[in-house]
Amino acid sequence: MTLAVTQSATLGWFARHELRLFWRDFISMLTAGKRRLEGVLLLVAFAFAVGAHLFAAWLLGPYANTGIVLDKATLLMVTTSLLLFVTMMVSQAMESVTRAFYARADLDLILSSPASSRRLFAVRMAAIALAATLLTAVLAAPLLDVLAYYDGPRWLAGYGVIAAMGALSTAGALLLTVALFRTVGPKRTRMVSQIVSAVIGAAFVIGIQAAAILSTGSLSRITLLRSEAVVAAAPDPSSPIWWPAWAATGDVASLVVLLAIGFGALALVIAGTAGRFGAYVVAAAGVDFRNAAVHRGSAAFRPLAVKRALRRKEWMLIRRDPWLMSQTLMQILYLLPPALLLWRNFGDGVNALLILVPVLVMASGQLAGGLAWLAVSGEDAPDLMAAAPVPARTIIVAKIEAVLGAVALIALPLLAALAFASPRLALVGALGIAVSAGSATMVQIWFRGQAKRSNFRRRQTSSRVATLAEALSSILWAGTAALVAGGTWLALGPALFALLTLGGVWIIRPRREG
Amino acid sequence: MAPDAPNGSDSPSSVALDVRGLSKHFDKPALDGLDLTVRAGEFYALLGPNGAGKTTTLRIVAGLLRPDAGSVSVFGTDALADPVAAKRVIAWVPDEPPIYEKLTPYEYLEFVAGLWGVDAAHAERRAHELVERLGLGPNAHERCQGFSKGMRQKVALAGALVHDPRLLILDEPLTGLDAAAARQAKDVLVERVRDGVTVIMTTHILEVAERMAERIGVIDRGRLIAEGTLDELRRQLGHDGTSLEEVFLDLVARQSAAA
Repeated sequence: MTLAVTQSATLGWFARHELRLFWRDFISMLTAGKRRLEGVLLLVAFAFAVGAHLFAAWLLGPYANTGIVLDKATLLMVTTSLLLFVTMMVSQAMESVTRAFYARADLDLILSSPASSRRLFAVRMAAIALAATLLTAVLAAPLLDVLAYYDGPRWLAGYGVIAAMGALSTAGALLLTVALFRTVGPKRTRMVSQIVSAVIGAAFVIGIQAAAILSTGSLSRITLLRSEAVVAAAPDPSSPIWWPAWAATGDVASLVVLLAIGFGALALVIAGTAGRFGAYVVAAAGVDFRNAAVHRGSAAFRPLAVKRALRRKEWMLIRRDPWLMSQTLMQILYLLPPALLLWRNFGDGVNALLILVPVLVMASGQLAGGLAWLAVSGEDAPDLMAAAPVPARTIIVAKIEAVLGAVALIALPLLAALAFASPRLALVGALGIAVSAGSATMVQIWFRGQAKRSNFRRRQTSSRVATLAEALSSILWAGTAALVAGGTWLALGPALFALLTLGGVWIIRPRREG
Repeated sequence: MAPDAPNGSDSPSSVALDVRGLSKHFDKPALDGLDLTVRAGEFYALLGPNGAGKTTTLRIVAGLLRPDAGSVSVFGTDALADPVAAKRVIAWVPDEPPIYEKLTPYEYLEFVAGLWGVDAAHAERRAHELVERLGLGPNAHERCQGFSKGMRQKVALAGALVHDPRLLILDEPLTGLDAAAARQAKDVLVERVRDGVTVIMTTHILEVAERMAERIGVIDRGRLIAEGTLDELRRQLGHDGTSLEEVFLDLVARQSAAA
């Protein structure tokens, strides 16, 4: 008996397959694989949407309610916002394309089948564009909907612009990643691409903040974009540079041109690269990373006490994790504007420096939370740790030291610079960083589980309570530090809430055997 | 630090591992009052069908799991009351090698030596010996990412031996190894037993147990159903000159019929 052979894998067939996988993966990521949470998820999504729209109405309402005039200042503001979304989409698409190159998953099965890999990769590239567009649309929805409500439905054309930008960004990301693959080779593309995507994602925000600091002395982009000098220097409203902004505000002709450019570019890039994608994937799979990662260790073993051996191991693993390095690099990049603010205001009084303290405290908490997850839950050899003749408490303490040591290494230079301008603010910052990083670390320890280190990107799925508590405590300690820096007793408020949050999560932490 | 490195001073009758009335219940009973004794310096193979309780037993002995009831004694140390003391003389190699992708084999061995508190100079000498003995020399300074299953297993085995354990516990250590890698691993294990180390190993490759083990224990449904040398097991079942595979299958079939 032979099996009846039906039509081979068509584009539509692959699209349905991909869509099903994408949807299940997405829901699983949000619900941590617990299907009973799907209803709760819907409610949370609804509540979030309502909250985001109310916030957007509060932010834009007074401005939009009086009618928006499409002058140069408005066009500049809309264009800048679109550019922000574009850099975010390029960054996200680059990361997705890189993952598509190197993730094996089902590729061995598909590439060994008689199905056309060209069709599969065409569908996967389109899916990357769709994912980038959807994420941006979700983020932009409150702004566009509120503007449409107050100023007319013409603003709904913004969704079309996002779709066009999503297609164009994905096309650009594909070309960039393929170019990297062909120039630096499959061995280095993964790391280089992760760093480049992180830098692209952060560069525009940082650049515009840097410009704002240098020209106006504040972190506010709006102040910069509305400044007379910038508006005067901007091109005339008839310039093609404003097409995306015109399209976003309902100009149909501009929107059609933009959609044609975006989807035309994506179609061309897909047609040009999908056929070779299979070869790239095979090349990436054939990379011998051992050769890429040759490391000449020290000739002699160092005498290491247990805790020192553990700390050293954690630091080595952190240092050698390209994705983590790119994320840390991004966090450091985001600290550049405050550092610039510090430099610009040095000697001009300490009031402007107050803003640095909560930024540092918040960033340190987030960084410590991520590192603590890697060190504790992302332990690659839990059996080795459990089998070692070392009390579990010693191992945990050494890991805490490793995490806080790494945070201190990054924070200390900034604190030292701050100390030159204001020793008091530096002291407040140092205490805030210690408390915030310590709190985030403890939350991760209370809620530790066992996960693959490579799941770092999805660490929030293992415990949403831990993720929320970590973020909340960082925010509250940042608020406390800001108020302490400002010299007000109101600081007791957020500090109390932070302690209550930590106490609450300590009470509901999972109990462990032994 | 524990009673010292492996040596041949344990008399053949001294006990390396003594397990009494071990019970563990997950969704269903995994161990049901297991009794097991392994003599110092012997190579003991623990066999059983899937889900029989082999890995659970070994994980409890290695201190990775707490039993619901029972006792575990490792060279006279109560492993449940003083797990750290027991762990000092134990090495554990699971079927999934517990190594770090971003460390080189030498860095891994240095880390393990630090965990067990081994003198750095001694650990370095042992690491060099093991790396050469297991054929890891050409890759000793490369990160483990991209290593084959066999190489990863050899790195894990080197890690288990770098602190000179007296009791080596291996859970399916030869699964996925090619013939050459399996031979290297087996040779190293035989050498260690010759040096006085006690080895307990689970395996589904019955020829390995038949050739290497001095005594064999068969476990099913969380209980030890037979134990002895291959000849003793054959005699128990009335087989003569048959392979371990036939003995094992007969034992498990009888146990199923009796249940």
